[in-house]
Amino acid sequence: MNNPPGDAAYEPRLYRAPVSILWWLRRRSYFFFVLRELSSVFVAWSVVFLLLLIRAVGRGGGQYRDFLDWSATAWVIILNLVTLGFLVLHAITWFNLTPAAMVLRLRGQRVPPAAIAGSAYLAWVVVSAFVVWIVMRR
Amino acid sequence: MADTITLQVTRYRPEQDAEPTVQEYDVPLRKDWAVLDGLNHIRDHQDGTLAYRWSCRMGICGSCGMTVNGEPRLTCATFLTDYAPGPVRVEPLAGFPVIRDLIIDIGDFMRKLPTIKPWIVRDDDKPLSEGEYLQTPDQMDDYKKFSMCINCMLCYSACPVYAIDPDFIGPAAIALAQRYNLDSRDEGAEVRLDRLIHPDGIWGCTFVGECTRACPKGVDPAGAIQRYKLTAAVQSLKTFLLPRGAR
Repeated sequence: MNNPPGDAAYEPRLYRAPVSILWWLRRRSYFFFVLRELSSVFVAWSVVFLLLLIRAVGRGGGQYRDFLDWSATAWVIILNLVTLGFLVLHAITWFNLTPAAMVLRLRGQRVPPAAIAGSAYLAWVVVSAFVVWIVMRR
Repeated sequence: MADTITLQVTRYRPEQDAEPTVQEYDVPLRKDWAVLDGLNHIRDHQDGTLAYRWSCRMGICGSCGMTVNGEPRLTCATFLTDYAPGPVRVEPLAGFPVIRDLIIDIGDFMRKLPTIKPWIVRDDDKPLSEGEYLQTPDQMDDYKKFSMCINCMLCYSACPVYAIDPDFIGPAAIALAQRYNLDSRDEGAEVRLDRLIHPDGIWGCTFVGECTRACPKGVDPAGAIQRYKLTAAVQSLKTFLLPRGAR
């Protein structure tokens, strides 16, 4: 619709609040969200570390022992401990998200969200126990 | 209990203010008074220039959303006694441009909402003589939660992704798309897909989850988005793997 002659168009002077670069410290949930996003960097590092291990194994005993010595250096141990913490955060976040993303029905009844998340945690424990069994058996 | 409580209200008068200021008002502290009653008392008895939106006073219209002590709330359902002895900070909803005082500009949402076609889409409408489209209680339960949205904008205000990237379509719009996608009478899921899987659609959401916590009607937009991500991923996989007739 055209404005009558002499009428200014309605153009309010809006105020847009700037977003602080520290917005993620405003709430606990925002902080964990940023940590979760950051965890993907450590997930990538764990993949690189695994590939380096496989390459060392493939190149024979000497390279493998060099890799083990390098892995035992203080900064690699600290980095891997931090990585472990972020991987646990990453995994727990995903397992807790699962019931939000999946709606399952069993015999017409909706499977409770706790059961869906619980089965993911159970699968995690079973797979972890299997890996421990493979590593520990001689 | 004290007789009064102080409201620290954000004022922004574009004709005179370069940026918002805070003005304090003392209002009666009554057991049955919500923050909105305090604002109405200010406007009726102390300062008639205070601007804010409200209508139903019963959590239905979604007009009175504001930030109360840092949290997005419906002010008609947020009671002053819960904040006693005060003061109570009342600000416009965060993440939106402010028009005046506590009034935000929701034009962005109003432009985005029709793009997800929030109505029942049919390939062919059956004639009226054939009666209604019937639905079982179970079929209704599939989408009922998402149909409770009152467009109050609290979820947008709680969402850090929307604050950083205003192009993000946002929680309520996606929840409303799911409301129709999951309706057994609807056949429009395919026409909504392109908009929802756009980079500014569901994949913009990083599951902070604050939208669900902020929602006063239990809509669970975060759940709707995660659920649709799974649907979209499966659909994309089918498009890639299956011949056209089998999708």
